[in-house]
Amino acid sequence: MAVRKPPVTTREYWAPGHAACAGCGCATALRLATKAFSEVMEEKYGDPDAFAIAHATGCMEVVSAVFPYTAWKAPWIHVAFENAAAVASGIEAAWKKLGKKGKILAIGGDGGTADIGMQALSGMLERWHNVVYLMYDNEAYMNTGIQRSSSTPYGAWTTTSPPGKYSIGEDKPKKWVALIAAAHQIPYVATASIGNPFDFIRKMKKAAKVDGPAFVQVQCTCPTGWKSPLEKGVEIARLAIETGVWPLFEIENGDIWNIKIQAPGGGAKVKRKDGRVVAIEFKKPIEEYLKLQGRFKHLFKQPEAIDQLREQIKTMWKALGVEVTLPKPGE
Amino acid sequence: MPIKKVMKANEAAAWAAKLAKPKVIAAFPITPSTLVPEKISEFVANGELDAEFVKVESEHSAISACVGASAAGVRTFTATASQGLALMHEILFIAAGMRLPIVIAIGNRALSAPINIWNDWQDTISERDTGWLQFYAENNQEALDLILIAFKVAEDERVLLPAMVGFDAFILTHTVEPVEIPDQELVDEFLGEYVPKHAYLDPAKPITQGALGFPAHYMEARYGVWEANEAAKKVIDEAFAEFEKRFGRKYQKIEEYRTEDADIIFVTMGSLAGTLKEYVDHLREKGLKVGAAKITVYRPFPVEEVRELAKKAKVLALLEKNVTFSVGGALFQDFSRALINESEKPKIVDFILGLGGRDVTFKDLDEALAIAQKALNGEKVEEVNWIGLRKEIL
Repeated sequence: MAVRKPPVTTREYWAPGHAACAGCGCATALRLATKAFSEVMEEKYGDPDAFAIAHATGCMEVVSAVFPYTAWKAPWIHVAFENAAAVASGIEAAWKKLGKKGKILAIGGDGGTADIGMQALSGMLERWHNVVYLMYDNEAYMNTGIQRSSSTPYGAWTTTSPPGKYSIGEDKPKKWVALIAAAHQIPYVATASIGNPFDFIRKMKKAAKVDGPAFVQVQCTCPTGWKSPLEKGVEIARLAIETGVWPLFEIENGDIWNIKIQAPGGGAKVKRKDGRVVAIEFKKPIEEYLKLQGRFKHLFKQPEAIDQLREQIKTMWKALGVEVTLPKPGE
Repeated sequence: MPIKKVMKANEAAAWAAKLAKPKVIAAFPITPSTLVPEKISEFVANGELDAEFVKVESEHSAISACVGASAAGVRTFTATASQGLALMHEILFIAAGMRLPIVIAIGNRALSAPINIWNDWQDTISERDTGWLQFYAENNQEALDLILIAFKVAEDERVLLPAMVGFDAFILTHTVEPVEIPDQELVDEFLGEYVPKHAYLDPAKPITQGALGFPAHYMEARYGVWEANEAAKKVIDEAFAEFEKRFGRKYQKIEEYRTEDADIIFVTMGSLAGTLKEYVDHLREKGLKVGAAKITVYRPFPVEEVRELAKKAKVLALLEKNVTFSVGGALFQDFSRALINESEKPKIVDFILGLGGRDVTFKDLDEALAIAQKALNGEKVEEVNWIGLRKEIL
């Protein structure tokens, strides 16, 4: 009987015993990311372990390295919140000089990447370090107890964007860090999701294969911060893709005019021209995604806020070169 | 044979870096230290230094890249000053806490506001609690030598702490002096290759660096930095002795000048020590029993040497280019700590002067001397005195 090869190596770099919350989507993301990374290292350098990780301060950092324990089976360093990209730059320079074969993986959350770490990230990308930067995007400062970041979506409740008499929750649209990264015209930029692990693994491998900088932004669920059921992480992440809230795309070789969109599924109708996606008709309303999360609960009392979010999502897709139809419930 | 070249302290620092052969240098330009990375990038461009030069986008990233490189297991160097050092502040604690022997050359410069590019020591003094070793150079030769010594001490297994070497903005950074460049082979023998024992990012031997320290462990880590600072005192003496043996130039944590039979000893750091020695000669000619002492090593603070020095004088007059609010200068605080429980101690009078690049002249020193003499005669004087203030514009 033929044995099917598993979609990704059975080797583990993110070990069981870390202290992440039950149902943590980001833990899943890091586990898959390091597995995918190691496969490319094996292929490229003949050594699956040929990598080191520079990690920004954040929830995945504190839960994985509580002295005297560690969840990491790879060389790993944490320095501060805003400088994972700069630390990775230094490691890469040192490895180059030491003649060490391998690649550096930098990891940061949305706070450590989209906000305080943006400058160091830009510097690292612009200097063309041979580093893959993985932004795990749980859309708020989860380490410090769910405060809004620039990656928090419009309308979301956080402890610093509470809905109230004069507030609908977060009042700014989500910052599109992947597009900012792409503006550096680096070899590879992608968005991914734990809702489509195969696509994520494929993209991490692609990023790892690149010579030069690569950036991957993976949306991952946070049951604590999103007030969502522990067991529904992957389902929610998949709904983000299927409702159009979270686009999956790739930008290669710095060609920001050639954005490759990954088909959303969930019954969405995809229209292509010259092999490129130009329009998507989503079948599931964004409400299906929103309703599973307590952080959006208050929006259902203010449907105009949901419409506002729908408009923002359309604008975001437009920036990607895609016209989208986002239905309302019942349409 | 060592060669002698006329150069600025910035160039001397770059030469020291070249001789120390760091594998990674990450730096961002800042006045007055810009020439250090410029010169190093020239060395790298010409193949005279086999290193990676990371042209970072800020000082914060400069020190962060140095931390990454040092944690990966290579000798690492950078240069900065003033606001740049202040921007590094957060990471300076981390470099010390992670016990990474990075060396920084600092063109000592005042801090904003108002923005001022000239010399005082507020930048490095403000970093005195980070755990870094601190050396202060009197002249360009010392800038070169102390950087080599800083590497030697920082990388010693008994220490493993980062180190900064300060040399005064413009007074030294931009002023040429003859500097002896030691032979590369001798420097190689003196420093040896950096072989990391505790910090390396090696897939063959994966370790976790920079973990979260709960209350159960944090204090011990801080104590480790304290202990390493204490251990550095002996290691510095050994490094000074070895340096003298190999290169013929003698260094001490506190260098004394004509302190024999002195009633008043002026104490200072950096280039002001040169002026002060001249001034002491001038006073000695007039028959005044005045001496000078120069603090070469400020962290770890040479408590024992200060106590020895204190036995020699009736008044210690501290000349400081920094301010610690409500205290005076930082040296005043350090000297007070060293002497507070001594049964016999001299009077200490503190002088703040030369901030933001204001010249310190014999006239200023006369003003300080007059106050020190009053203290010597048993008159009551202010503990903290600002010298050379332009009261008319206040």
